[in-house]
Amino acid sequence: MSTSVANIPPQFEIVDQPLDTQMTISMGPQHPSTHGVLRLELVLDGESVVKATPDIGYLHTGMEKLFEYRKYQQGIVITDRMDYLNPLGNNLAYVMAVEKLLQIEIPERAQIIRVLTCELQRIASHLVWLGTHALDIGAMTVFFYAFREREKILNMIESASGGRLTPSYFRIGGLMMDIPAGFERRVKQFLDDFPHAVEEFHKLITGNRIFQKRTQGVGYISAEDAIDWGLSGPCLRGSGVKVDVRRTNPYCGYDNYDFEIPVEQDCDVWARYMVRMREMIESHKIVTQALARLRPGPVKADAPKVVLPDREAMKTHMDALIHHFLIVAEGFDVPPGEVYHPIEASKGELGVYVKSTGGPKPARVHFRGPSFVNLSALPHIAQGEMIADVVAIIGSLDIVLGEIDR
Amino acid sequence: MEPQNPQTNQPENELTSSETGTPSPIAAALQREHPEWTSEVIEALGETTIVVPREHIVDACAFLKTAPGLEFNFLSDLCGFDRGPEEEPRFEVNYHLFSTTKFHRVRLKVVLNEDDAHVPSVTGVWRTANWHERETYDLFGVIFDNHPDLRRILLPDDWQGHALRKDFPLRGYEPYSLE
Amino acid sequence: MGLENVLAESLPEILTTQLDSLINWARKSSLWPATFGLACCAIEMMNATSGRNDLARFGSEVFRASPRQADVMIVSGRVSRKMAPVLRRIYDQMPEPKWVISMGACATSGGVFDNYAIVQAWTKLFQSMCTFPAAPRDRKC
Repeated sequence: MSTSVANIPPQFEIVDQPLDTQMTISMGPQHPSTHGVLRLELVLDGESVVKATPDIGYLHTGMEKLFEYRKYQQGIVITDRMDYLNPLGNNLAYVMAVEKLLQIEIPERAQIIRVLTCELQRIASHLVWLGTHALDIGAMTVFFYAFREREKILNMIESASGGRLTPSYFRIGGLMMDIPAGFERRVKQFLDDFPHAVEEFHKLITGNRIFQKRTQGVGYISAEDAIDWGLSGPCLRGSGVKVDVRRTNPYCGYDNYDFEIPVEQDCDVWARYMVRMREMIESHKIVTQALARLRPGPVKADAPKVVLPDREAMKTHMDALIHHFLIVAEGFDVPPGEVYHPIEASKGELGVYVKSTGGPKPARVHFRGPSFVNLSALPHIAQGEMIADVVAIIGSLDIVLGEIDR
Repeated sequence: MEPQNPQTNQPENELTSSETGTPSPIAAALQREHPEWTSEVIEALGETTIVVPREHIVDACAFLKTAPGLEFNFLSDLCGFDRGPEEEPRFEVNYHLFSTTKFHRVRLKVVLNEDDAHVPSVTGVWRTANWHERETYDLFGVIFDNHPDLRRILLPDDWQGHALRKDFPLRGYEPYSLE
Repeated sequence: MGLENVLAESLPEILTTQLDSLINWARKSSLWPATFGLACCAIEMMNATSGRNDLARFGSEVFRASPRQADVMIVSGRVSRKMAPVLRRIYDQMPEPKWVISMGACATSGGVFDNYAIVQAWTKLFQSMCTFPAAPRDRKC
């Protein structure tokens, strides 16, 4: 009963070989810090990254195909599930593109409410980013503070639209319905509290030396490279390029609001962090102004063939009932044409390309997801960095896989 | 920051702008320099669309990127479109360009036949085109020549067909099973 | 002769119990979930641990990144065809006894995404599971 070495098949023989200098590891698709189902293939030399190759598509949902089989108004629900941290931004981009095709004018009050809720949503989106980014780097407490503030915003959005995470609040031609009674008071309350919350965040991590060491000088991308790689939003502004669609191609009346565009020159994770922290304050400013401008008025455009009539009107007017039936049953025809409508979502430039060939369903809907483009620059940014810093870089790009994979 | 927008008079963002007929300065500049690079200019809904012959698309992009006064240094988006299997030419590829200094936008369009769905890659002009072109290849089957890494990006590597073509069924060819 | 007896006879695979005893059982067992955040629901899954909803009441706030340390997998979001093999593999790596919670309509039945990319009823792939077919509308549902 002696096991002789000769009995071991050659493929199981342990050979003492020196390790290769380079090794490949797979990170994801279920990794706690990849913000969803991103998979990275990292080629490492020791601890530094030689090459990072993102592998996406684990959440591919076929949304763009689905749009072609749904009526225009049914598409709004699909947009919610795209960038699920900023669903109102997606709603806005899509409905504005269709409104541009239909050439509908939106009432003043609806425009202001759109701006107001979108900026609240931007703050909520940045709060999730702040919580998860800090969590990735190892600061756990911030997550709870950030989600506490986010909860307040989601409660307001829920009271207006009925949905916390998937509001579908905007409709082609205006809003689903007017904001409820007491909404303005709740927003005011939030606006009063929020600056203290931001101070708290600054106390928690901005001055933290560990956080500074983990972020400063990490994930450098120069302004030229950032433009060449198509970065947008806070990632681009963190590299010192002052571009914000709200200013460069204003929509929804953003040119009437007084706010700054935060720009940082450091081009690293820290700069992108600072841009987003300052953006929350700017959004706070916009919400304050929008709230002061709210005047009573209609929230739906005067386009009976496109906008659903009020419940009351349906009970008293025959034509309103007919329009309601036609819009729900058959949809509305959109004249042939194509538009590309960009807006500034919380992650960057969110562009919607809608092509119509007539009829109630679009021929093509394409979303230029800012996360998709920002992530495509990851191989460039991560090259030469340490493997532990890849987590910080992904966090600073603020990606949402729902939007990348669509 | 005010949008310093001296080169173009297009209010692209306005919902109601439908100034048809006014020739766009962008298209005019391109036509003046290289008339053979534009086969059609469409002005609709406040947006300029320039249809470019396939063989000139890289040159036209490089020209628009560097020409003084135009400076389209930012490729916003690149997407495909399938007109349907019975149409000829069948495919369209749209390039949405943006300038981070002049803040204007333009759309370039290339139309392709089904049996020869090849278009030169613009990754040499903007590196961001890389993933956009991979996505268009994945979903439409348009081949981008000279692309550094033309693989499927969203769907698995062993996927059959191109999902966003009009003749691809919405629910796919067969139900999913793990076996 | 209550409803549970009728159910137990006609549908033997369905377990009926009182909510209180289920909660107490869960609290006693302190189930540790594996993070399997996929899409929108993942954000609400994260939210469940935050102060407002406080999953720690049930002893299950410890989200484990490794399936080897987890008791229950919360599949939060739509499962694409590219993801399904990964899902199965992570499930297989979990130690017995194990449970799966399918969170939301998209995970359970495909939801609004009835198309080529999404696995419509992956729930058939598993034995022990629990489904909550609703999109993340409200913590009250």
